[in-house]
Amino acid sequence: MAGRKQSADVHQKIRAAFDAFDYEANSTVDVREIGTIIYSLGCFPSQKDLHDFIAKVEEDHTGYIHLDKFLPAMTKVLQEHKFPPISEDLLLQAFEALDKEKKDYLDPEELTKYMTQEGEPFTQEEMEEMLTALADHRNQIHYKDVVSQMTIKPDK
Amino acid sequence: MKKCSKVIHSRIVSPCNGSGKCRVSRVKFMARVVFKHAFHLNLKGNLWDCVAAMKAAVLIQRWYRRYIARLEMRRRYTWNIFQSIEYAGEQDQLQLSSFFSFMLDNFTQLNGNGPDLISQLLDPLVDPWLDRETCYNQIHVPESYTGPRLSFPLSVSDTSALLSAFKEQQTLHARYALQLLYETKKLLKQMPNIIHLSTSYIKDITICGDLHGRLDDLLLIFYKNGLPSADTPYVFNGDFVDRGKKSMEVVILLFAYLLLYPDSMHLNRGNHEDHIMNLRYGFTKEVMQKYKTHGHEMLKLFQDIFSLLPVATVIDGKILIVHGGISDQTDLDFLSSIERHKVKSALRFPRHSVGQLDIGQSCRQAKRTRSTDASRPSSSRSQSKNQGTPSLRNRRCGLSRKDSAASNSSSSSSSSSSSLCSPRTPSCLSPRPCPSSPGMPYTINVLQVPFLDSLSSVPAPSPAQHEREWKQIVDILWSDPKTQEGCSPNTFRGGGCYFGPDVTQRLLLRHGLQLLIRSHECKQEGYELCHGGQVITIFSASNYYEEGSNRGAYVKLGRELVPRFYQYQVSRSTRKLTLTQRVRAAEGSALRALKEKLFAHRCELMAGFLQCDQNNTGSVSVSEWAQVLESVLRLDLPWRTLRPHLTRLAPDGSVDYPSCFEDMGPGNPLPQVAPNLAETLFRYRTDIEIIFNIIDKDHSGLISAEEFRHTWRLFSAHLGVDINDRAIDDLARSIDFNKDGSIDFTEFLEAFRVVHKLDSKDQHLSGKMDGEKC
Repeated sequence: MAGRKQSADVHQKIRAAFDAFDYEANSTVDVREIGTIIYSLGCFPSQKDLHDFIAKVEEDHTGYIHLDKFLPAMTKVLQEHKFPPISEDLLLQAFEALDKEKKDYLDPEELTKYMTQEGEPFTQEEMEEMLTALADHRNQIHYKDVVSQMTIKPDK
Repeated sequence: MKKCSKVIHSRIVSPCNGSGKCRVSRVKFMARVVFKHAFHLNLKGNLWDCVAAMKAAVLIQRWYRRYIARLEMRRRYTWNIFQSIEYAGEQDQLQLSSFFSFMLDNFTQLNGNGPDLISQLLDPLVDPWLDRETCYNQIHVPESYTGPRLSFPLSVSDTSALLSAFKEQQTLHARYALQLLYETKKLLKQMPNIIHLSTSYIKDITICGDLHGRLDDLLLIFYKNGLPSADTPYVFNGDFVDRGKKSMEVVILLFAYLLLYPDSMHLNRGNHEDHIMNLRYGFTKEVMQKYKTHGHEMLKLFQDIFSLLPVATVIDGKILIVHGGISDQTDLDFLSSIERHKVKSALRFPRHSVGQLDIGQSCRQAKRTRSTDASRPSSSRSQSKNQGTPSLRNRRCGLSRKDSAASNSSSSSSSSSSSLCSPRTPSCLSPRPCPSSPGMPYTINVLQVPFLDSLSSVPAPSPAQHEREWKQIVDILWSDPKTQEGCSPNTFRGGGCYFGPDVTQRLLLRHGLQLLIRSHECKQEGYELCHGGQVITIFSASNYYEEGSNRGAYVKLGRELVPRFYQYQVSRSTRKLTLTQRVRAAEGSALRALKEKLFAHRCELMAGFLQCDQNNTGSVSVSEWAQVLESVLRLDLPWRTLRPHLTRLAPDGSVDYPSCFEDMGPGNPLPQVAPNLAETLFRYRTDIEIIFNIIDKDHSGLISAEEFRHTWRLFSAHLGVDINDRAIDDLARSIDFNKDGSIDFTEFLEAFRVVHKLDSKDQHLSGKMDGEKC
């Protein structure tokens, strides 16, 4: 009984997030919005994770995703905790790993180098936005402050 | 693949043989295992650093992308809130427009001594004073005036002077402003409904969208793109005024350049180039504030000028530019042929000027017998000559029969019949779908026409010519594109249509066009394509809803007719705001507006909640809460997601609905007012203010108690608010503070301004709303 109620709640949450991007009220969303929807449901997929997910649910390359396919796939993701959140601690350690000189902050050049060359690189626009957001008046990224400021509390 | 560093390999596996197939996988595996520990043990060393850095980067990227996506989500919601409220407001306006019209029509009857602002506003046809164009010469310009002194015909030095003056917050003297307006009117009269442009002699044409009184955006466009000139042609696609604070300056500049370069400067009419919209959305107020003495005359001129603006522009016979959009009835040939200036406002439904026929009468069927008591047929019309010029009277149909009687008889009879004179029956308050929206004002087929002292039924005439004309123009100015096929009435806005890609396709094909450029809707990036690229929306007022809410854009077309977009954003603060700050600011603003809406519908909402909460526990489920909000406010918003910002949860997870209203309160202490009256006042405060301002001809801030009573009765009846005469009398008496028969309506209305308690500096809030029983 509790299990059913739980999945009903999960379905409700997924539907609500989906509806926000269903502009024509016909149970479809543009594939480019999927990332945003999944993020808003508390998940932290990588770009590759997103690509894989989309491949499974997209309507034959129409550029649209229908709720009928999205709902079961997303439910599975949530119930299996597939793209788990990144805790503040882990994030902090990630920043520390980049801070070779252990100076407790990063220079924009340092951060840019990593963000645009490693992993799943940022576009220039993403990089500019990040620097604007994270750099303080001394043009340094004090990641300890940044991390606590920018961790969003989940919606109740 | 490059050779791996020897160091790595010598530590872990066999030396790299450069084949590219070194045991990277094993390295990776081991790295993964060790990495976890490395994080915790903070081991140094090249291998760990490299791998750790890579992993760290991925982690940070994932986290950051998600953060941005969440922000985007919030921005999206915020946008929805602003847009919903904006369109709902426009709907309200359209509903009230029939009331405004009626009010404006009938107010002259109440006081009926010669022409005044009202009649001037309404029927501009014959007015000897205003046709004397040299009147502005009589205006004296003092020596102390340091602003631009324009000389006509205008030259570049005049427009430069205007630019400098406006950048320094100066106001153009009325004498020059008036002359500018007269010259503009003269010029516009010569223009056709549809302007045809060609790119053969010029490099690029620049097309701009809504400006809405944002002078900064206009100046930024001129700065980035160049001032209008023979080599730099522009098309401004409507909505120059309203909402922004510098509508006057914007429109003066646009008209000045129009006069200076009539072949390279082109203006299309927008839905806000409409004197009734201006009453509500700020332009009228701005003009009256900046030009206290001559504001009336200017508004009169603007009414004409706006209706004389061309409604469309076509480039190279291939690109159509209109402000709103099209409908399945749009016919450019027909549109070219009509007399566009006759459609003064989308909100003034066209009337027959023939005989006694008045479609509006059909709504009065119920009270027909009563009204004939007080009225006489056409003969009475000629008797009303003493009230304003005869031609004015004759054009007013139907209502004027009663009007002549109303001037002498008691107000009650005219009010009771007048409440049914609006094209829509007043019983429904809900904003959609409104049967009298400009798209479809007439729903009844049989007319009861008074003849002598009885009635005869006549079949309604088929839509007359000028109704077709009116609809053509309203569709052009108010429609929005949508993704679904077909054409349906635009119930969201209350005017024009929603047109689908098939409608666009058909129209483009029919007239040999390839692209439709329109404005009318605010877009986050300043522009948007739809209908497979056949429709471009261009919007030029950045930060429209709030600081950081959107960019502005303009589009340029060269001879090859391929659109190129240019975006910008005017920022009030010099420091660049981060996305987070912008989203937070916009969100805060949107939520405030939303909360005000909630407060203004408090009684209805509480009634809805109580229906779900029969035992009066003070809480309902989240679904019920969302449902009540949706049905009362009729705003299509993600209520569940917004819930945390609007209300608290009870310990058991249900919604504590009274908490919706606890942050808000009235401005001044409320006078003794019945709850439903109070709510109406909260909701329509701005509109009522406009009406009172109209009545208050000498701008004293006072109106007579009698005027107040009459207005209020009409208004309530129109809205279907059940109010009896006694309550109105009591109200009038209670706010007649000096007991001298006059009412300070500004003070009165101040009580109905919704105030956010948390930021109110005024601690004298007495008499909370909770005291009233809803």
